[in-house]
Amino acid sequence: MAASDTAPVSMTVNGKPISANVDPRTLLVQLLRENLRLTGTHVGCDTSQCGACVVHVNGKAIKSCTVLALQLEGADVLTIEGLAPADGPLHPMQEAFRENHGLQCGYCTPGMIMTAVDMVRRKGNELDDRTIREELEGNICRCTGYHNIVKAIAAGARAMRGSGATSKAAE
Amino acid sequence: MSGTGIGAAVRRKEDQRFITGKGHYTDDINRPGQAFAYFIRSPHAHATIKSIDAKAASAMPGVVAVLTGAELATDKIGNLICGWMIHSKDGSPMKMAAHPALASGKACHVGDPIAVVIAETLPQARDAAEKVKVDYAALPAVADPAAAQKSGAPQIHDIAPNNTIYQWHLGDAKAVDAAFKSAKHVTKLDIVNNRLVPNAIEPRAAIGDYDSGAGTFTLWNTTQNPHVARLVIAAFVGMAPEHKLRVIAPDVGGGFGSKIFIYPEEVVALWASRRVGRPVKWVAERSEAFLADAHGRDHVTHAEMAFDADGKITGLRAKTVANLGAYMSTFSSSVPTYLYATLLSGQYEIPHIYCEVDAVYTNTVPVDAYRGAGRPEATFVVERLVEVGAREMGQDPAELRRKNFIKNFPHQTPVIMTYDAGDYNASLKKAMELADYKSFAKRKRESARHGKLRGIGLSTYIEACGIAPSQAVGSLGCGVGLWESAEVRVNPTGSVEILTGTHAHGQGHETTFAQVVSERLGIPIENVLVVHGDTDKVQFGMGTYGSRSGAVGMSALVKALDKVEAKAKKVAAHLLEAAEGDIEFKDGKFSVAGTDKSAAWGDVSLNAYIAHKFSGAELEPGLKEGAFYDPTNFTFPAGCHICEVEVDTETGNTEIVAWTAVDDFGVVVNPMIVEGQVHGGIAQGVGQALCEGAIYDKDGQLVTGSFMDYAMPRANHLPTLTVDTTMTKCPSNPLGIKGCGEAGAIAAPAAVINAITDAIGTENLAMPATPATVWAALQKTGMPRAA
Ligand code: FES
Ligand code: FES
Repeated sequence: MAASDTAPVSMTVNGKPISANVDPRTLLVQLLRENLRLTGTHVGCDTSQCGACVVHVNGKAIKSCTVLALQLEGADVLTIEGLAPADGPLHPMQEAFRENHGLQCGYCTPGMIMTAVDMVRRKGNELDDRTIREELEGNICRCTGYHNIVKAIAAGARAMRGSGATSKAAE
Repeated sequence: MSGTGIGAAVRRKEDQRFITGKGHYTDDINRPGQAFAYFIRSPHAHATIKSIDAKAASAMPGVVAVLTGAELATDKIGNLICGWMIHSKDGSPMKMAAHPALASGKACHVGDPIAVVIAETLPQARDAAEKVKVDYAALPAVADPAAAQKSGAPQIHDIAPNNTIYQWHLGDAKAVDAAFKSAKHVTKLDIVNNRLVPNAIEPRAAIGDYDSGAGTFTLWNTTQNPHVARLVIAAFVGMAPEHKLRVIAPDVGGGFGSKIFIYPEEVVALWASRRVGRPVKWVAERSEAFLADAHGRDHVTHAEMAFDADGKITGLRAKTVANLGAYMSTFSSSVPTYLYATLLSGQYEIPHIYCEVDAVYTNTVPVDAYRGAGRPEATFVVERLVEVGAREMGQDPAELRRKNFIKNFPHQTPVIMTYDAGDYNASLKKAMELADYKSFAKRKRESARHGKLRGIGLSTYIEACGIAPSQAVGSLGCGVGLWESAEVRVNPTGSVEILTGTHAHGQGHETTFAQVVSERLGIPIENVLVVHGDTDKVQFGMGTYGSRSGAVGMSALVKALDKVEAKAKKVAAHLLEAAEGDIEFKDGKFSVAGTDKSAAWGDVSLNAYIAHKFSGAELEPGLKEGAFYDPTNFTFPAGCHICEVEVDTETGNTEIVAWTAVDDFGVVVNPMIVEGQVHGGIAQGVGQALCEGAIYDKDGQLVTGSFMDYAMPRANHLPTLTVDTTMTKCPSNPLGIKGCGEAGAIAAPAAVINAITDAIGTENLAMPATPATVWAALQKTGMPRAA
């Protein structure tokens, strides 16, 4: 494909309007990582299995490796970098991951946190062990054995109640 | 020092950047002017490469170069090596076949790199790769280790007839034969230790950057041991002189062994960078990682255990065929030998042990260390034999273990190791209490009422960590020393940088190493920075694997801190105008014995640098010390894991309903981090037991080549884990640390399989015990055992 074969796309990322000319094959995760240098969103697989790439699009969690940037014209995208306001306090879910040692190498962590925040939006603030484990079907962690991730999500979900934190904390 | 010292569950310093998306993994790094590499890999398990035509590819848009093994040879780039020499029984050295970074003449496994396309963008490189015409003549292939030595099996390397790399043994065969002759009971098992794919969630990556002006190379690399990578790439591959090669391992997203090794791709990234005159970046795709990262395990074993009339173990023998894949990876030879057979004594007093190991080439991805490396294989053999032996003799498995435990230390096993300290009964007892072992029968009846078969399985494992001392491993064939280094740099303001040759890729060294400093110097943990993963900053080190960072790396740190304290006392003596022998140091304060004169840590550090209170003739200015530490022995973490399962007889599905782990890791620096390590290890062990397995078809195609086909353990494969510890201090290092990184992966597979076989009433069960496997086993048992 020739380099000139690009198409324009505009969207909002972490509250800021952005536009770019991209190769139509460009995935959202590539736009985020390569064009916008938002490298907190990771790539762990090529079969939409691992969830390292989870971001929010229009308030819902999606795997950013599975959607083309061009499909998201006008969308509102939130990444791990935008979850808490810059220089502001951490999002309660981020804090819960630290407090409960819900991460080791940190590679799966942004996707886990974005998935967890979405889980709370859909399932509420009281999440039992089984619900969390089932909801994590699409997120693989090789380091933690999930034990502390489950604990972190339960604690983070509770802490989100009344904190005003939503999946759109940065807005 | 309370709060942040040794033993405190300090929250991790590194987490801030990871939870905010501000980590710096290799793929997050980009160099100005970089080009991208895409590898062309063999689709055949075994094939002659007749020709490579890159003409059309080279004319594609954005293509900078297409490089093959021919250019590699022209540039005299050396082969990759295996750094641990093993000799066969007959004294002959292992048969190490040539392993060029790009295959020349022949491809030996699916995924063997044949050529690389360098282009302006990755999509351009990928598009051009499709235009490279490789003319292969396919050859018959062998993937099954049990078939590799058979006559008529395809021959992979000329140097290794019958695909045999070595035929090694350890122990006294005659004494073992005698023990078996006089045995009252013999338990026999055929065991396949299934092949695993490590699958750290961060795929491997490398950026090579050649500075033609200075003649220097920089390699950003997902490695667990940047200095070892530099040494091998410099001294053996000959890619760059050691002093002109800088290796940087930034944040690394998990390793589990797979990022120890020196791989073709990083060599090619450096070489290609010099060739094309710009930085070259490569990042593995996951499906590529399945074909390019060293796999783990893959043993086929026949093992026997002899018991006397009292149920005391009198002998053990094992014969193992270990699959090392198509080439010998960096430390592959040591895994099924010195990291395996030396642990076959388990926690037991076994007077005679004999083990034979044949290592073989097959047309599969190279196999090397994966979390536990040899020790999970040994534990599985021992713990299955003991469990099955107990069942066959009608004894309680816990009781049989207790009867055979080693109780006096130090204990010399018949297979090299001298266990220095332990209390195996203590961890067994505590685990049985926590698991409520005595009420198991009641729970089993309860499960039966719901139509489920319940089983319980024990695994009282041992491991050897912190592989050392260097002299000893050298005598066993290891090509490097296994000491560790540390440097402590105290700044004038009193803050401290410590440089360690270990590397963290999830273990939390930035926190735990700082805890050791905080405890020792009495300074807040925030004032300590841990530096690792850069050969330009840290002089030398051996990296992180084999649970060595605490036992070896922190010991080096303690040694350097000793020197810092000694020097600081000299400075304090001048400052306080007292005799050096009268200076006491406690909680970050220097005081003169018997007086109220004192100086704070920061006063002393400042005075060390302003040097106003002493002359250069009296004392060197500055406060910076380094140390190398070589341990006196391995460390021997051990413990007891108890797994309880429910098996659904309709579906064959196994649910782990409870897990209890009681481990003796010696002194624990951060219990929160140690528990996390245990959790992660258990998950990998459960993965091996229940769902993971790399499967090759008869043509050598990897059937399980993605997360769609290779079943990674997910959150709902695992229960909430009960994790606790007992403690015997390790006498072989200053802090008394044993190491915790691999315990879970070592203990877990046997615990799971012991539990399932207990539930279903047959010992004949292969790993992974998927629902289909368990269901099939159940059918063979006829009527499944009721409560
Ligand atoms: S990278 Fe998106 S699911 Fe793995
Ligand atoms: S923390 Fe390493 S993959 Fe989850």
